Amino acid sequence: MTRSRVIGAILAALVAGGAATAFVIAWRPAFAAIDPPQPQSFDAARVRRGRELAAIGNCSTCHTSVGGKDFAGGVPVPTPFGTIYSSNITPDPETGIGRWSEEAFRRAMRMGVDREGRHLYPTFPYDHFTHVSDEDDNALYAYLMTRESVRAPQRENQLSFPLNQRFVIAGWKLLFLHRGTYRPDATKSAEWNRGAYLVEGLAHCGACHTPRNALGAERASAAFAGGNVDNWQAYAINAQSPSPVPWDAEALYAYLRNGWHPDHGTARGPMAAVVSNLSAVSANDVRAIATYVADMSGQPAQSRKVRGEAALAQAKSTPAVETPASPGAAIYAAACATCHESGRPPPYGGINLGLSTAISGSDPRNLANIVLSGVAPVEGESSPIMPGFASTMNDAQIAVLLHYLRSRFSDQPAWSDIERTIAEARRTQTASLNTGAGARPASPDQAQRDKR
Amino acid sequence: MTTLKVNGREHQVDAEPDTPLLYVLRDDLKLNAAKFGCGLGQCGACTVIVDGKAVLSCVTPLVLLEGKQVTTLEGLGTISEPAPIQRAFMEEQAAQCGYCIAGMMMRAQALLLRIPKPTDQQIRAELAPNLCRCGTHMRILRAVHRAARLMETAALSPAEKRSDK
Amino acid sequence: MNAPVILDRRHVLKGGGALIISFSLTRAFAQDQTVPAAAPPSPPGSLKNSPYLDSWIRIDADGVITVFTGKAELGQGFKTAFQQIAAEELNVPFASLKVVTADTKLTANEGYTSGSHSMQDSGTAIQNAAAQARELLLAEAAKRLDVSIDTLQSEDGVVIAPDGRRLSYGELVSGDMLHVQAQPSSKLKDPSTLKVMGQSIPRVDIPAKVTGGVAYVQDLRLSGMVHARVVRPPSYGAQLVDCDVAAIEKMPGVVKVVRDGNFLAVVAAKEFQAIKAMNALANAAKWQEVAQLPKLNDLPSVLTNLASQDSVIFQRSDPSVSGQRTIEATYTRPYQSHGSVGPSCAVAQLADGAMTVWSHTQGVYPDRQAIADMLRMPSASIRVIHVEGSGCYGHNGADDAAADAAMIARALPGVPVRVQWTREQEHAWEPYGPAMVTRLKASLDAAGKIADWNFEVFSNTHSMRPGGAGCLLAAQHMAQPVAVPPAKPIPLPEGGGDRNAIPIYTFPNAHVVHHFIPTMPIRISAMRALGAYHNVFSIESFMDELAALAGVDPVEFRLNHLDDPRGRDVIEKAAQGFGWRKGQAASDRGFGFAFARYKNLAAYCAIASEVEVNRETGRARLVRAVAAVDSGQVVNPDGLINQIEGAIIQSTSWTLYESVTFDATRITSIDWQTYPILRFDAVPESIEVHIINRPGKPFLGSGETGQGPAAASVANAIANATGIRLRDLPLTRKRIKDAIDS
Repeated sequence: MTRSRVIGAILAALVAGGAATAFVIAWRPAFAAIDPPQPQSFDAARVRRGRELAAIGNCSTCHTSVGGKDFAGGVPVPTPFGTIYSSNITPDPETGIGRWSEEAFRRAMRMGVDREGRHLYPTFPYDHFTHVSDEDDNALYAYLMTRESVRAPQRENQLSFPLNQRFVIAGWKLLFLHRGTYRPDATKSAEWNRGAYLVEGLAHCGACHTPRNALGAERASAAFAGGNVDNWQAYAINAQSPSPVPWDAEALYAYLRNGWHPDHGTARGPMAAVVSNLSAVSANDVRAIATYVADMSGQPAQSRKVRGEAALAQAKSTPAVETPASPGAAIYAAACATCHESGRPPPYGGINLGLSTAISGSDPRNLANIVLSGVAPVEGESSPIMPGFASTMNDAQIAVLLHYLRSRFSDQPAWSDIERTIAEARRTQTASLNTGAGARPASPDQAQRDKR
Repeated sequence: MTTLKVNGREHQVDAEPDTPLLYVLRDDLKLNAAKFGCGLGQCGACTVIVDGKAVLSCVTPLVLLEGKQVTTLEGLGTISEPAPIQRAFMEEQAAQCGYCIAGMMMRAQALLLRIPKPTDQQIRAELAPNLCRCGTHMRILRAVHRAARLMETAALSPAEKRSDK
Repeated sequence: MNAPVILDRRHVLKGGGALIISFSLTRAFAQDQTVPAAAPPSPPGSLKNSPYLDSWIRIDADGVITVFTGKAELGQGFKTAFQQIAAEELNVPFASLKVVTADTKLTANEGYTSGSHSMQDSGTAIQNAAAQARELLLAEAAKRLDVSIDTLQSEDGVVIAPDGRRLSYGELVSGDMLHVQAQPSSKLKDPSTLKVMGQSIPRVDIPAKVTGGVAYVQDLRLSGMVHARVVRPPSYGAQLVDCDVAAIEKMPGVVKVVRDGNFLAVVAAKEFQAIKAMNALANAAKWQEVAQLPKLNDLPSVLTNLASQDSVIFQRSDPSVSGQRTIEATYTRPYQSHGSVGPSCAVAQLADGAMTVWSHTQGVYPDRQAIADMLRMPSASIRVIHVEGSGCYGHNGADDAAADAAMIARALPGVPVRVQWTREQEHAWEPYGPAMVTRLKASLDAAGKIADWNFEVFSNTHSMRPGGAGCLLAAQHMAQPVAVPPAKPIPLPEGGGDRNAIPIYTFPNAHVVHHFIPTMPIRISAMRALGAYHNVFSIESFMDELAALAGVDPVEFRLNHLDDPRGRDVIEKAAQGFGWRKGQAASDRGFGFAFARYKNLAAYCAIASEVEVNRETGRARLVRAVAAVDSGQVVNPDGLINQIEGAIIQSTSWTLYESVTFDATRITSIDWQTYPILRFDAVPESIEVHIINRPGKPFLGSGETGQGPAAASVANAIANATGIRLRDLPLTRKRIKDAIDS
């Protein structure tokens, strides 16, 4: 409500500035509709390249709904301004992008405008995609236009006035869309630059991992300092990372490529889909991303290194078998320890919780999410499983458990307002599992991945 | 000593608070339906109902059950007076070795309490945590649909039943 | 001694000719010209080894009838089926009988409940024993009532004379009346008059299972029973070098820590106490590991490079026929796990020098012998009683758990000891279905028919039973271990690795070789269908490859090469039921067909499948399957359908997902995450099973007949959907995706 008032105020200013000016800013021409191009007309190598880029861009996660056909859209994306539904980007001529020329597609990526000239809501992260090169746009176009056509009309967005008037986005873009393809930094390595190009562009990491301002735009001054997405907390991935063991490029690479790391845990929530997609991307590109992201944090401070080593040492020690002294300890012993202290190799055995970022982070939200909904297994493939405890524990009991985990497995101060977070997590947990295509984490065992 | 409410009766149980409900049911209360399949929350053979919701009793410690109602398969009905879900599973002969069936039935029962006429999709999604190695899935699905119909008929008044033919 | 009435079954079935009755002080033989004059023919089925009628049927003076079978109820519905058979032939109400299953004290020795033999062996024995018992009762009634036996009827356990006089079976039976040996043939009921056999009688074991009754060995609770958990080594051959048990012995409820060499177990009063003690004991145990497991990714070449004993098991040659177009292919299968949902369990008690073991072993007699050898006790002082476990699908951990329980019970005389394996133990230590490689080569003649067929199969034995104590983990691990006995192949016609290696089709030239590999780098034994799963997968996949080469529809191609009329019938039935047509289904779907006769002598099964393949992800999903099965005379149609439905789903899971994994030392597929199987999200939309009933024909075992055809049917459907032929099991999403991408 408040936000829409703010936007309303900006609009009023614009209108006052001159209707003509506003018109010039907001209006965009339409591209002529083309006949849907024949899939055979696209070079197979370009299509393959496009598939890899689409994996980096994580397109399927937002554009494929649970149980829906690939890229047919219809995924609800909750924002502070209302719910926006993703569009059908299959080459269907009537309901998809089948009649879009490559120019139209590129304009959508660069400027966030659809073929008919309408502004796209920045839930489609064109503030990142604007950095993607012509060549990569070309490959993405080739990939999308060779997908299976699916007839799936656009779902109505649920936004209140004036946000449901697309021309207001023009104002937003004026303020926050900095167009232009990525320009390399000559002082950095080729790998770093490749990583920067991908991260700032197609991979759009900041869209989740950077906090946003009141108008829903990323705060440039707080790049990668953490954000919220789909009721999950996207941790800070800069020097403010709350992980007990500091990340380095090697660990990030393994995590992004395989979906897990023994010192950090397994990708969950929206990140699960990301690493699933990255498992199909070339090792070099993933390494580049890891290099760039690691560089953002720089070298960890000595105190942080020491704490990291202590966490690792604790994790490797054999747990003492003792009678639990408190309700929290009793819950942990029966519901968690069977997997999290089993000594089974990660990622199948739950990681030792002393290494868990969810427990050391500032917000108990992710931990509450995981405890409530667990981790669903991937069909027919080796993958982590965790039962959800939403039915087993009420909010008060989860709070007891979370307090116990926080005090036993982290050196951070107790969380406040846990009960409210848990209630909120419970209320939205079904939604958080249904926002996109099912996560398909890479088979964690290297040998199994290559074989199976 | 802990008080535990199972199938409508109160029991005094001499077990540590971290004892999983599964062992309390089987060893202390001598109930057979909930089964040990993995102890890891992966197979669902241990599924029972707590306060109307299906839970995995192998990862549910006693300490969580204070004040809650536990229902096991034994609490739904008997051979001579079976509950709709039990009748349905018998009529559909929905078992081969039968080891997974009690867990399946409890999860299905919890579903039917929430959604009296579930679709096939809903049943499949709901039963996903429960494994069946013999491949009895088709019959289990038919049995759950049948149970839904039996429960619907049971809920009708005699007059409605007559006119419903 | 009076010879029992002997009647020629063939005459009865033909419905013509007089019944031949003879009482004689000498044995009379059936008027059957095919019976060799030299040796007396043996009675059918398991009566051959246990010929006394009262080994199978017992009738008390108060008319209570008990049927005994040496086979075990594994969840296939045998108890019910045997009850039907006995009720039918005895002319008593179904509900009036009780069936007692495998128990070394009470029932005949019928070896293992395996190989789809139960109907053929035990069912046949019960059928004939019941029929002969009935005839004995009728004969007795005829004597007492002084009437001709022809005039008597039997119904509901009563013999009725034409003038209305009645004598109940209880009144008729006396002393040792049924303690006579069975005759080679029996007066079986005319199939057209059957009342109970052939009906889908509800299973007798299901009511308890859906109401929480005592049904499984896991449910046994004996007075004073204690709970034991074994701590198994981390890998094959590991040596326990150090274990400080002092702390564990002091844990709450702990009764004893049992250690015998590398065999380590803890016993506690309550189950959860035993679990905690087990975890502590596992932490305290220090092992030296020596195992060197083969490279998982290199399994096929590891296998084919191991020393083998090679034999040509089938050879046919017609030089006048030669092929012009030749193709070859190699198919591979990894180790696969039984994956019993309930980890193995057993209860044992040693009391006054006698050991009783309650176990879900498939073979109470062989397991008894093995335990006797292990404990160096006379087998006569050990009793093994079968109690149901969860589905075993072959040789899983049941026998070992029984041995564990006996071992621990010996250390606690008088106390009943319950051993429950953990999920991880069941996955890591069960003997798997062996990895296999098959190499096929065939050529087509000008007319598109197969001129030349070559088939080679590389495999371990598919059974380590009976093997005595050396096959039991406890015996292998104890301080004075018993060595694992050398592996032996199962002889044909049943076969092990070569089961179903000989094609049922008729080829002018054929050459089949069995490379039997004695060395077992990974612990293996019998798993449902044994070698037939992979051999049928290979043959039926290759038939499709050849059909494609010939440009002929896959169903038509099979019929072109198949003489067996019952085989042709199931093929036609399945194709018709499915609505089989040439070519391809919808754009992301394919149709596949497969057929086999299990062991070339058991049940026939043909399956048509529709599979959907997502080209983006590579995910394959069975959409629907239609099967036709011929299992001879059907006893319980619904039971048969249940078995085939289950076989299709289980085999689909094996085929799309399953592979045991291991690193250089240890098995790594140790739970449902690391060894995933089919869940509800992959269950097909429908499965239809069409039964071709053959009244009067012998029972044919059907518990395993679906595994091979289901696998090939799915593989053929995937090939039809994608144009890509995959030959390495399992046909995983990644393999399909990689094949599509390349």
